[in-house]
Amino acid sequence: MARRLKLERTPMSKLPPEERITTFEEVALGYTPEEAIIEAERCLLCKRPPCVAGCPVSIDIPSFIELIKKGDFIGAVKKIKEANPLPAICGRVCPQEDQCEMKCVVGIKGQPVAIGRLERFVADYEASQGEVEIPPRPAPKGKKVAIIGSGPAGLTCASELAKKGYYVTIFEALHKPGGVLMYGIPQFRLPKEIVAREIDYVQKLGVEIFTNFVVGKTRTLDELMSEDGYEAAFVATGAGYPRFMGIPGENLLGIYSANEFLTRINLMRAYKFPDYDTPIKVGKRVVVVGAGNVAMDAARSALRAGAEKVTIVYRRSRKEMTARIEEIENAEEEGVELKILTNPVRYIGDEDGWVKEVEVIKMKLGEPDESGRRRPIPIEGSEYRIPVDTVVIAIGQVPNPIVPQTTPGLETTRHGTIVANPKTHATTREGVFTGGDIMTGAATVILAAGSGKTAAKYIDYYLTHKDEPGIWEKIFKGEV
Amino acid sequence: MGYKILKKRVLGPGSKLMEIEAPFVAKAAKPGQFIILRVFEKGERIPLTIARTDRERGVVTIIFQEVGKTTIHLGLLNEGDELADFVGPLGKPTDIENYGTVVAIGGGFGTAVLLPLVTALKKAGNKVITIIGARTKELVLLEDEMKKIVDEVLITTDDGSYGMKGLVTDGLKFLMDREKVDAVYAVGPVPMMKAVADMTRGPGIKTIVSLNPIMVDGTGMCGACRVEVGGKTKFACVDGPEFDAHEVNFDLLMKRLKMYRKEEQYSLELFKKRLEKEAV
Ligand SMILES: Cc1cc2nc3c(=O)[nH]c(=O)nc-3n(C[C@H](O)[C@H](O)[C@H](O)COP(=O)(O)OP(=O)(O)OC[C@H]3O[C@@H](n4cnc5c(N)ncnc54)[C@H](O)[C@@H]3O)c2cc1C
Ligand SMILES: Cc1cc2nc3c(=O)[nH]c(=O)nc-3n(C[C@H](O)[C@H](O)[C@H](O)COP(=O)(O)OP(=O)(O)OC[C@H]3O[C@@H](n4cnc5c(N)ncnc54)[C@H](O)[C@@H]3O)c2cc1C
Ligand code: SF4
Ligand code: SF4
Ligand code: FES
Repeated sequence: MARRLKLERTPMSKLPPEERITTFEEVALGYTPEEAIIEAERCLLCKRPPCVAGCPVSIDIPSFIELIKKGDFIGAVKKIKEANPLPAICGRVCPQEDQCEMKCVVGIKGQPVAIGRLERFVADYEASQGEVEIPPRPAPKGKKVAIIGSGPAGLTCASELAKKGYYVTIFEALHKPGGVLMYGIPQFRLPKEIVAREIDYVQKLGVEIFTNFVVGKTRTLDELMSEDGYEAAFVATGAGYPRFMGIPGENLLGIYSANEFLTRINLMRAYKFPDYDTPIKVGKRVVVVGAGNVAMDAARSALRAGAEKVTIVYRRSRKEMTARIEEIENAEEEGVELKILTNPVRYIGDEDGWVKEVEVIKMKLGEPDESGRRRPIPIEGSEYRIPVDTVVIAIGQVPNPIVPQTTPGLETTRHGTIVANPKTHATTREGVFTGGDIMTGAATVILAAGSGKTAAKYIDYYLTHKDEPGIWEKIFKGEV
Repeated sequence: MGYKILKKRVLGPGSKLMEIEAPFVAKAAKPGQFIILRVFEKGERIPLTIARTDRERGVVTIIFQEVGKTTIHLGLLNEGDELADFVGPLGKPTDIENYGTVVAIGGGFGTAVLLPLVTALKKAGNKVITIIGARTKELVLLEDEMKKIVDEVLITTDDGSYGMKGLVTDGLKFLMDREKVDAVYAVGPVPMMKAVADMTRGPGIKTIVSLNPIMVDGTGMCGACRVEVGGKTKFACVDGPEFDAHEVNFDLLMKRLKMYRKEEQYSLELFKKRLEKEAV
């Protein structure tokens, strides 16, 4: 008997906006088991599933959804973990609408199956059942691999290699592992307890994590490899170097990079000052410059930290905004104002050096530029000023140069990303692989995780074939 | 990895020295570099210069002035206690050259920063004269340590209770009148560094200062430590902390250091109240 397909997806409950902005607690509340099964019923279990092609790590989506339908939630999460060690995280922050869900056939007539929500549900379900099951330890291979950076790329690569029997050490510059998941993406979108849980899992696989260890400063990559016995390395240091616009007044007091603003809040818990020692200055009126996920996170964090009015200033139009649609909606629901086609030209301060106004200029869209988006052009004479107490600049990050600068022979592009073969992720230095944002430029959590997985595959290949002559050249050229 | 306090010594009022167990940092540290530490789980990250290292024992010495919540809290810890975090060495090491005659000026905690620096400058063949400046006699730090390393130590006190009466700039003027000075290093409070820079700009003496803006990560990730040098924005934690004194915008630095003045005072008050309560 053919049942009628439900075109509408099962809604997920969210905290109401007025409640949300009073707390840093998570906004989206997740499915109940009943809701998950109802949503799973909408999946057609396609024989040749297009959704899988949309997922950068090729999760076997119909299989895990089928297990949910049967009520085998633990089986479902195990299925996902075959391909993605970070389901609770990706289920929350993946741009699903552009990936797996965009390709879902149900989406042609109705709303696509809520794959991300289901992924998140089974991961949370597993965690709620107590101890997460750890796969049996493989026979040790007796070889050491160094992972530099503990963001999603580093964590994924580490867990893949540990599962293969390598001795894996992660070196992390900050005092807590997790990369952007810990210091950048706020609590209300990705609770830190969940990140900690996933890191705990990676450690239980046998991965050792050294925090407070800046590779290139505390020890160089060369020292790790030539003196400490690491036979291969994976550089996953992310794109954490903030950009500024270089306009007058940018160093006035009260002007933050998004990284600093979010780090103070997420990593240092400045929103709990004075219980926590790190302070933050969030005045009544906040302007956030930029329109990606980072800008939305900064704007919504500012509201929760006590701002009365938060305005996002963006030089292009709404269509070009790079943030996830869900996050733009959430921000607007919470009262964030969007000023599109507007760009700051300078900041004006008071006599103590505090920012008090931002001068902006209106923009119009011209011909498409090299990114394919229409180029914003200033409209002369349209300048005006917005009174402001705090400004957060969220116009993007570039790769951190510490590791490339201190590793001779590790070549970078003119954008500062590390040169690597796109298939194998091998760099210009023998034994050194890379992945995540430092290879691709600022991208996404799942792409970083996917590249960690790819690199792990070729690190294993390299260490297995290390003694063959010319092996690095072959791997670097992708001829394997 | 615990970062254990192996030794604690009081140098003067509100000024302490600690030896911390941190083998990796001890091994890699070079003059001019610093560490960032966190005292406890809810603590702030604060930068302190590496005053000395002992590679064999894996020990790093820090010298700090108790000026606020975190440094006072740190000063209350005892030998055997552990710090939550301790990371480094951060920043660029000093470029050590043979200049000829170098005057190294330290005010307040700056004197501590000078220790590894003057050692390296001596090794490179320089004649090194140190000026230690303090408000009054009992605040003069590290005189004996310094005397063991450099050719001459000149002390200045604001009230004339010890050494020469006046500011470090008076000491510098005295030396510049006496002999040819080829380079100057100045580390200490911003107004002091600014005054030194103003003095050496005219005669064109190469002058290097170590800047102390507010920092968070210390690896170039946040931009909290922005300073203006030669009209350009630099991140002191990765591009510095040492810069050409004649190019630095000291006024901006002074303003930026006051960004959290209110919060810092509040935090300190609460902390002191808590300490009083615990003492009863
Ligand atoms: C605020 C914000 C919101 C975002 N929102 C989303 C989202 O909703 N969805 C999404 O998919 N993506 C999002 N992204 C992007 C995503 O977080 C990144 O693409 C992803 O984290 C990159 O992973 P990574 O492992 O390459 O690097 P990172 O997560 O950046 O981790 C790199 C780690 O390396 C460490 N490190 C750096 N240098 C050194 C060194 N020399 N030695 C030792 N350790 C070092 C860093 O401290 C850091 O912990 C967001 C990014 C930000 C900043
Ligand atoms: C590279 C560098 C090296 C330093 N070396 C030394 C040293 O060897 N010995 C020493 O006594 N001090 C040193 N300092 C200064 C030291 O970091 C501050 O005194 C300390 O952070 C004050 O913290 P607090 O909580 O005790 O005081 P607070 O009450 O928080 O602050 C007192 C003043 O210290 C400054 N400050 C506050 N927080 C920070 C921060 N996170 N980073 C930097 N400055 C801050 C501000 O100007 C503030 O007004 C150094 C600073 C830098 C940047
Ligand atoms: S990891 Fe991301 S893209 Fe892949 S199935 Fe999950 S939500 Fe979709
Ligand atoms: S494309 Fe949609 S319906 Fe088909 S298997 Fe994937 S999620 Fe299910
Ligand atoms: S302290 Fe964060 S960039 Fe320098």
